[in-house]
Formats: sequence, structure tokens, C-alpha cells
Amino acid sequence: MLAAIGVGSLQEIFDRQIPEGVRLGRELDLPAGRPEQEVFEHLRELASRNTSAEDELTFLGAGMYDHYIPALIDMLMERSEFLTPYTPYQPEISQGGLQVMFEYQTAVTELTGLDVANASTYEGPSAVAAAGYLAKLDNGRSTFVVSAGLHPHSIETLRTLAHGYGMDVVEVPLRDGVTDPDEWARAISADTSAAIFAQPNFYGAVEDAEALSAAAKDAAGPDGAPVVVAQVDPITLGILRPPGECGVDVAVGEGQALGNRLDFGGPSFGMFAAREQYLRRMPGRIAGETVDVDGRRGFVLTLQTREQHIRREKATSNICTAQALNALAGVVYLTWLGRDGLVELGELLLARTNYARETLAALDGVEKLHEQPVVREFALRLDADVEAVRRRCALHGVNPGADLHALTGRPEDRGGLLVAITEQRSRADIDRLAEVLGAAVAAEREAVTA
Amino acid sequence: MSTVEQPVDDRMGGNPLARQAARTIFQKGAPGRRAFMCPELDVPEVDTHELLPARFRRSTPARLPEVSEPEIVRHYVGLSKRNFDLDSGFYPLGSCTMKHNPRLHERAAALPGHARLHPLQDPERAQGALELMWNLQGALAEIAGLPHVSLQPSAGSHGELAGVLLTRAYHEDRGEHRHKVLTPDTAHGTNPATVTMAGLEVVKVATNADGGVDIDDLRAKADSDVACLMLTNPNTLGLFDPNIEEIARIVHGVGATLYYDGANLNAVMGLSRPGDMGFDIVHFNLHKSFTQPHGGGGPGSGPIAVSDRVAPFLPVPVVVQREDGSFDLDADRPRSIGRLRGFQGNYGCFVRAYAYICSLGADGLKDASETAVLNANYLLARLREQGIAEYLPLAYGDLCMHEFVLSGGPMKRDLKLKTLDLAKRLLDFGFHPPTVYFPLLVDEALMVEPTETETRETLDAFADAIAEILKEAARDPEIAQGAPYTTPVRRLDEVAAAKRPRIREILS
Repeated sequence: MLAAIGVGSLQEIFDRQIPEGVRLGRELDLPAGRPEQEVFEHLRELASRNTSAEDELTFLGAGMYDHYIPALIDMLMERSEFLTPYTPYQPEISQGGLQVMFEYQTAVTELTGLDVANASTYEGPSAVAAAGYLAKLDNGRSTFVVSAGLHPHSIETLRTLAHGYGMDVVEVPLRDGVTDPDEWARAISADTSAAIFAQPNFYGAVEDAEALSAAAKDAAGPDGAPVVVAQVDPITLGILRPPGECGVDVAVGEGQALGNRLDFGGPSFGMFAAREQYLRRMPGRIAGETVDVDGRRGFVLTLQTREQHIRREKATSNICTAQALNALAGVVYLTWLGRDGLVELGELLLARTNYARETLAALDGVEKLHEQPVVREFALRLDADVEAVRRRCALHGVNPGADLHALTGRPEDRGGLLVAITEQRSRADIDRLAEVLGAAVAAEREAVTA
Repeated sequence: MSTVEQPVDDRMGGNPLARQAARTIFQKGAPGRRAFMCPELDVPEVDTHELLPARFRRSTPARLPEVSEPEIVRHYVGLSKRNFDLDSGFYPLGSCTMKHNPRLHERAAALPGHARLHPLQDPERAQGALELMWNLQGALAEIAGLPHVSLQPSAGSHGELAGVLLTRAYHEDRGEHRHKVLTPDTAHGTNPATVTMAGLEVVKVATNADGGVDIDDLRAKADSDVACLMLTNPNTLGLFDPNIEEIARIVHGVGATLYYDGANLNAVMGLSRPGDMGFDIVHFNLHKSFTQPHGGGGPGSGPIAVSDRVAPFLPVPVVVQREDGSFDLDADRPRSIGRLRGFQGNYGCFVRAYAYICSLGADGLKDASETAVLNANYLLARLREQGIAEYLPLAYGDLCMHEFVLSGGPMKRDLKLKTLDLAKRLLDFGFHPPTVYFPLLVDEALMVEPTETETRETLDAFADAIAEILKEAARDPEIAQGAPYTTPVRRLDEVAAAKRPRIREILS
């Protein structure tokens, strides 16, 4: 090979190109390579030092949920033909991936009741920030109004990016567990670029999405209303009114609950759907239908003039690699659930969540944080230190949920516990949680008074 | 032409289904058909309308498919057969580093201790995961020659955004409001798009006759308003900039930072380090250099490594090691730019990248880059043989690093073949084409990146295919102009797709 290249040695190729002053000139300070079986053993050992949802009875949620993943998803995600290609730049040999995107987009528009969807963004909170950027491009105003019911990671991510493109973020507090309607209406003005809330909100409460949207539109200045954005949980959309029917303009959400692993936080995918009028401002890839020269139906990446590789500094987003494989899992999961299944699952979660909420709130030293309707997750207030209670529960193999204050940092969330229910948590599991949590709260209160 | 119109050899796996008319999953199934069986209602029955008032309820179900499990499997396996993939053939897509994805990584990532670990698990009960992240950070820091790493960004472009925001925070912290970012005209599109998203302004720097940064132009544009220069090195022409030390001096001389787009890191692992070149911020693409499978367009992962002066501004949370040797997540960093996404990043990608680094070690990583460069130069040499070079000359330089860019200008002029035609004809030969029409400054560009995991036989076969297509075009250019012929669909009408976008299935 060297002879074909016309060099005497491999070294010569580098010597002729890399200036001497920036050559490393030593080995990297890393361990030597190891055979496959040893590397696997090392990774297995690391995994064994994690307490996963397989090792304890967990009620953790707060954005990512331990739903059952059907075996056919593992099989399809491991197929080389889905796992190992890249973005479908050559549509003639990428019809499989492109059609999956098209089907995924169809499923997302159906779920959300909106007109258009992209093929995926990174994940939930960054999708919220991307929706903000869409609004900024659309109306050029100065402020985002966000409900405090938005996931704290979404608010933080939006703040990070909004600072970059020079916009303010105004937070509207909650009242009785949901966005305070008076404060919401007061905060929105002619300067509001986007008004953003979560459905259900971070505390598990179902918001009056229609009223929040209407209030935002009523506050419209002479140049029109702000873009109304909702962060939604797709698994709840079997029973909750879709955002498109509630006056929402852009719906985004964390897609993990749809057939994706917990994976300690990623990769998953972000949903992004909007009304038709925002189509040409959407971030990311979009698959569209067309025909080939023989008139055969086919799919291509479309509206690419929005994108970074064409539009460069004027692009609607810088996104290139998104989450195609994870979105594939999402659409296969929705197909597996099917039309009736998504509703049945939603009803099951609704019933179990409310059973769990009533059962736990009946314990001594435990009360509901709010009285609003809940569908898959709910917030409690413990009359004891939450971290201490969680540690006591862990000794019994139970993870009772997330420490609200640790996530939001809000003083009013002290004592808050966020409990998530999936179809993998049966009534017996919930009863076991009640037993362990009740004992832990009692023991902790006793320990403090003693 | 009659011989090529018939698909004598169906390269999509010889599958008769591959050319069937496309029907979406929404067009299959029948009412009431299903795969999912819902767990029984095991809690006392209550009126669910009491739990959720009607005004909050969905009135009609989402029109999802109604299909059985065998139908789902057939449908998606059928779709998979309409995809070309790296496991099936050569994929020399420039700038994308389509190297082999070892299956060990999938097995390791699927272990329940990784795959079913909740991101809010208490750090003391996620020590294995945090140790993995800590070790990966350490390895990436050593490879980059920059001591501080954040694994949080979700992809390369997300890492770029982190990097530009970090630069901004660094200058703002010093009381400076610099609003310009320099990018060469060869830059990836994500660079200028990122700059705008970060609220700064793009200033283009010209490329010199050798394909590197035009030093005079850089000097003229580098002033106290410049926050940063974003550079890929080797650049998108596959050339290592011989003036990199001078570039760093000029940029640092005006108080700006130097940002390294790590898309081309596969050329220099263990050979040259961005930190030693003078870069302050680097992003990695774990889905390029470090074998995270590309997934048909993600997931990716875009960690960043930074110098001491930029470190205080890194996104939160960061993985830290406590005095007792245990690991933790630290979000208490008052000068941080904040969060870029939920939780800790794409951990599943970290597992795969870490497995790769453990497998290869110091030696193996260097060997990977050396072989990537060797393979690129060998393929380049093969494509400079007679019958090819006169139509597809190398755009710049003589040798290359891990990739190279040919110009299809003479081919278009002399053979009436556009780069697009060549690319489409390559599909009939069973190859994924190189990146086409990028970088923008090369006429009819063809950007080729073979990677280290391809054999000499594959490179030879690819060069032979190019030679054959050019020979064929000399006889009859219409063949390539009408290609492909053997794929599930032929050339698609992209203009019509964009003019009247139909981006979802129409449902009854």
C-alpha cells in the first residue's frame, strides 16, 4: 500500500503533514487494549455496581419512566439495517429509514392533534429550548413566559439557550399545584415570544391547557399572540385531550416513555410537533413523500432549505445528528400498543396512580401536595426529611420516588416526594410501597423527636 | 442501456419485497386487531371520569395502527430491507467516520445495570455508571490534551453550541462583549448555524491555495471583537493545516479562544492533540471516532473537553470524584453556563465509547488513526491512476489525512457526468457514495472517508467501480445519468416533495 501511495513509510505520511511542534511524540497515557471478554467483564462489573429498576421496586419518574419495552423493539433496534446506516442522504437506498420517519411523524401528529412533526430532536428539555428558538425566529420578541410547572431541567435548558440568543425567561408560579391563571395572564404581554407550560406538569397535575392557551392568546398585542408551547408526556395522550385541540401551537416532549430504555438518562428522543404555519421554521430532519422517476411512491428528506448544511448561519437550528433509532423505537412502541392499547394503558395508569395517591396520602405524616387530577405521577408532602426517608426505604429494596426539592430547589418543595406509576408497578407493588414508606416516615419522625 | 435497466443483481439483499410498493403501517391491519395485551385492572374500580373530568379528556382515540405482532415484525423487517447499512457494505461518507460498530458494545449497553438505570438514581447507588463516566472523561481529556470534560451534549452540533456558549461566558466573565466568531469557508454547516443560535455573528475566513486557513485574511479579521475561531483540523478537505501554530498565536494574540470541531478527530488520535495545537475547546463525536452506531441519523453524543480557563463555565452537572474515592454529580458551580438538556447526557453512548477505548487502549487508538490515514491515502492513490485522475482530480494538496476531496468538475465537463450521477451509479455497484457537494468551495465535490476498518480489497473494489463508471460514461453518459436501477426506488422528485410537502400519512 505504501508503494502505491509513493511513500517509504507510514511515518512519512504524517511527517509530511503534521508540523513537528504539534506531534504528540509519546504514547497516550491510557491503559493497553484488552480482549473482548475482559472488556465485557469490566463493563459487567461496572453495571453490577448500579442499582437498576431490575434490582429494586422503583417509583422514580420525573421525566423518565420504567415502562415495559416489548421484545420486538430490541429485535428491530439491533437490526444492522436500522442500527448502522447514517442520516438518509441517499434516499434510493434509505427508503426503510425514511418511511420509518414518515410513519413516526404521522404517529406524533396523531398523538398531539397538530398538523406537522419533525423526525426527532435530542430529548425533552432541549426540545423545549428548540421550541423557544422557533418562537424567537417567528416573532422576534424579547421574553419567554414559562410556568413553574415545567420540568426544572426544561426551564434550566431554556435559560441557558435564551441567554445565548439574548432573551429573558419569566417564571410564573403555581397555585394549588397548577399554573396560577392570574399570574400567567399578567405575565404575558406584547413582548412575549412564547408562553410555555407542561401537561401534565412536573408535579403530576393536569393543567387546564385550554384556559392557559386562551389566556395567552387573549393577551396578544397588536402583532398577534405569542407562540403557545406545551411540553407533553406522550404516554398520557391516550386519555388527555391533545394539545392541538387545546389551542397549543407547538407541542414538544420527552419520548423515552415510548419504548426507550432508561439508560441513566439517554439516548432517548424529543418529540416536536406544530401547527402548519410553523412548518418552515421547524428544527431538524423532516421526511416527506414523493415519487421516483417511474412514478413509484417514495420518501426523501424534505424542506432542507431550513437546515444547517444548506442555510448555514440562517438555519432554523444547528441540529444535524438527531435520534432516529430512538424515534424508531417510539413509533414501533405506539404501533405495538395500537389505537385501543394507548387508551387502555392510559386508563390503567390513571386508576393505579389514583389508587397509589389515596393509599399513600392516608399514611401518617404523608399528605397530597395538591388536589388536582393526576394521571401517571403525583406529588406528596412528607412530614419528615425526604432523603432520610428514601434511605430507609432503600434498605427494604424500595425506591419511593424523587426528592422534589433536590430537583427544583424551591423552598416550598421541601418535604416533596414525586411518585411515578407505570404498568410494571402492580397493586401489590403499590401496597408494598405504602407499607415501607409508612414505616420509614414513622421511624424518621420518631428518630427526630427522640 | 437495456442491460442495466433490469436489476440483474439486487444489491439490497436479493429481497423481492424490496421493490414492492411502499405502504405505511397506517395502511395495514384491520379494526380491532392488536399486539398489546393490557395488564388487568388490579385496583378497586372507580369511575375514571371522576378521576379525570371530561373537559380534560380526549374525545376520540389517536388513529394509531391496528395490527398484530406478526404484522409489525413483517412490516419493519421489510422496511429494514429497503435500507443500505454499514454492516452490509462500504460506506465512505466523508466527515461521518462510518467505521465498524463492534457488537460487544451493544451487548454491554444492554446489561440491565446500564440500560435500566434511572437517571435520578442516588449517586451512591449508581457508582458503576459514574465511574464509567469518570473514566471516559479521563480518556477523552488525554486524547484531546485538554484536562476538563463535560459529557452532557447530545451530538456534535450540541457540543458546538456548548462550546460557543462557553466562549461567550468566558469573555463576559472578563467584562468583554465580543460578538464575532470566525469560521473558515470550508466549515461544516453546523458551525455557522451554531454561532447564530448562540447570539453571535459569523465572519468567514478565506481558504488559501493550499487548502488551509488564509493567514493574511485571518490576521485582517482577527480583532478585539472576535470571541472565537472555530476550526476543524484536519479540515473538511482532509488536510492538516501546516500553519496551525501560527493560527493559534494570532487568535490568542487578540484574546479570542480557539474551538476544535472534532468531526475529524479520527485522523489524529494518539498522533496529535488539539490541546497541544492551542485549542481551548474541543467537541468529540462519539458516533464517529468512538463507534456509537449512527442509527440512521442518531443517537449521537458530543462531549466537550476544555482548558483550565474555560473550565469554570462547563455545563452542570459534572461528574466529580470525592476524597473517599467515590463519584458524585456536582451541580453547584456558580459560573456554569447551566444545563443543555435533561439529566446527564446520552449514557448509552458513553458505555459504547468507553468499551471501544478499553478494547483498543493507547496503542489501538493510535493504530486506528494511522490505519484510517493509510487507507485514505491508499484509496486516493488508486483514484489517481489513469482513467480516473483526469476526471476526478484531488481538489487540494498531495497527501491527505483520513479523508480527501475530489473535484468532479472535469468529469462534468468532459463526460457529462455530475458528481450526483456518479454517486447514484455507485448505488448500483453496491456502495454507499461519498459525501457529495461538500465542502462548498470545491466544484462538484466528492468527499471520501474510507475509515480504518475497511480492507484493501474493499478499497480496490471501490476504486475499480469508479473507474468502470467513468469508462461506461465515456461510452454512454446516459447510463449514469439515469442511475440507479437496482435500488428499491429510483431517483426521487425532491423538488415536488418540498413544493407541496406531504409529511404524514393521510388517514381516513
